[in-house]
Amino acid sequence: MEKKLSAKANFFLTVIFVIFVIFLLHLANVYMNAYQLKILNLMAIYGIMAVSLNLINGITGIFSLGHAGFILVGAYTAALLTLTPEQKEMSFIIEPIIPFLKHLHTNFFFATLAGGVLAAFAAFLVGWSVLRLAGDYLAIASLGFAEVIRILALNLRSITNGALGLKGIPEYTNTWWAWGWLFATVLFIGSLVNSSYGRALKAIREDRIAAEEMGINVFKHQLLSFVIGGFFAGISGSLYAHWLTTIDPRITTLGPMLTFYVLIMIVLGGLGSITGSILGAMIFAILFEWFRRFEEPFTFFGIEVPGIKGMRILVISAIFILVMIFWQRGLMGRTELTWNNLYKWIFARRGGEKS
Amino acid sequence: MTATLVLQNIFNGIMLGGLYALIAVGYTMVYGILRLINFAHGDIMMMGIYFAFYAVALLSLPVWLAFIVAILGSALLGFLIDRVAYKPLRNAPRISALITAIGMSFFLESFAVVVFGANYKSFLKVFGEHKEILRKYILIGNARLPVLTILVISITALSLLFLFWIVYKTKIGMAMRAISSDIPTTALMGVNVDMVIGFTFALGSALAAISGIMWAMRYPNFFPYTGFMPGLKAFIAAVFGGIGSIPGAVLGGFLLGMIEILIVSMVPQVMEYKDAFAFVILIIVLLVKPSGLMGQKVIEKV
Repeated sequence: MEKKLSAKANFFLTVIFVIFVIFLLHLANVYMNAYQLKILNLMAIYGIMAVSLNLINGITGIFSLGHAGFILVGAYTAALLTLTPEQKEMSFIIEPIIPFLKHLHTNFFFATLAGGVLAAFAAFLVGWSVLRLAGDYLAIASLGFAEVIRILALNLRSITNGALGLKGIPEYTNTWWAWGWLFATVLFIGSLVNSSYGRALKAIREDRIAAEEMGINVFKHQLLSFVIGGFFAGISGSLYAHWLTTIDPRITTLGPMLTFYVLIMIVLGGLGSITGSILGAMIFAILFEWFRRFEEPFTFFGIEVPGIKGMRILVISAIFILVMIFWQRGLMGRTELTWNNLYKWIFARRGGEKS
Repeated sequence: MTATLVLQNIFNGIMLGGLYALIAVGYTMVYGILRLINFAHGDIMMMGIYFAFYAVALLSLPVWLAFIVAILGSALLGFLIDRVAYKPLRNAPRISALITAIGMSFFLESFAVVVFGANYKSFLKVFGEHKEILRKYILIGNARLPVLTILVISITALSLLFLFWIVYKTKIGMAMRAISSDIPTTALMGVNVDMVIGFTFALGSALAAISGIMWAMRYPNFFPYTGFMPGLKAFIAAVFGGIGSIPGAVLGGFLLGMIEILIVSMVPQVMEYKDAFAFVILIIVLLVKPSGLMGQKVIEKV
């Protein structure tokens, strides 16, 4: 007999868990220093990026490498909406900003929503053209589109301030915004995955042709997944911009490098698992900060090693390759960390003899 | 546009196209055999530039010897990458190998940042006091034809002829072609499949290094991300020509280089967006003729 928790117990446990997390976040806000809080918020931002890319890559099985492009759209949109007209006038020194944009100003919540909506629109345009391709071609084409978005951000100077980027973005991203949006993301994408839409998406991942024969409109479903993934990428972009306070279109900030980081998170956590993605994002955020020590001078068995710039990215990519070779399923594989699975896992030992 | 300018642009287009073509054949050979986009290929080209640079700067080898060392070094690097990162994943899902290739690309880039430094370096140093060689030109009518362009075009042509000779006239080339159509059967015929795949990687990497060195002569400032854009565009060239087909990759490379130069010379205002054209071309080609100009049509089987 399969052991399963009742829906009531499940809901009850989830509510308790959420209250517990809120309590922990409150404690963190009181007792952690500014630097630790910054990392805590980054975890949630990475979490949103990972969960949204996981919806596209892990659950629908479209290998997209365009995530940084959507994050960039969200970041720029939201930042332009929260900067004051005076700030915008001051920082646009190469070419003055378009007057219409200059006076557009709104609060953080609506700016973030706008970032999400515009990123979703970008994802719609990109998805509409690349989803006609399959597999590897799609990967390259989406990477290409992310690059095109970055090149646009570099050259549309009267909108984006070109290579100088946007500076002095207010640091609005606090624990409640970051973790609140992560909660909303997981709630939305989680319910989507468990709905009939989610089952259709997984069917497409497993066998696209069979799914089509079963009457699933593959293109429409993939586009839906792409647009929703793009929306939350835009949300994360806005939070990221108000966390960094400075954004610019370099390869290493909002370029292919960022897509690569998010890819590491979801591969580490297990492609196809939402909880795995969050775990992967948290581990990545912690490791990435912890590896800063490689870039500062340190002593290794009594030998002075000078700090080397870029060392942590080298270590991260080496770990990534090792994970891919030896541990492809990542932390969670495709399973989710749910109350039911925990329950089964705990009771599996006692009831083991029966089966 | 005057006739002189047209002529000059055609030369530039052929040169850029040749550089793309040399990288593109590496992509297409690996894809033809393993169905793997070797994302790290552009970064092998970048490593080739650094090898050549340091062979002169640190070992103070004569330039020609340094270039040969760099080409052989890159070939070895390509071989090792296949052995370490791709060989363990031969039987894994294709997507795993692709993700590993992306990881390898970033590994090489960050390796270059750590070991060689993140700043731009100038390749002109390699030539020391002889660097004006790169700026010499001969006049054809009124058109200036740089010596460098002639050099690049002829070396590209020689390298490609050498490649075609290997692939179509030698035993190992026959093995490569056999593997690209059926790996298990070829293995049954007594061919050492892993060795041939390793050789393919080495050959592709050597050509990428040749292209890289000439790229650095033409555009002397290089840094650890130099290989990224040429790599992507060469891949597009390979798709353009029909991925898996070597003549197709060559044709695709030349066409892409020509189109890029011609668009920029006809509409100079779009100069800043020139990197975006390649992707637009990619999308159009894939939508209109997914098998590329010279590729075989693959029918999806259930």
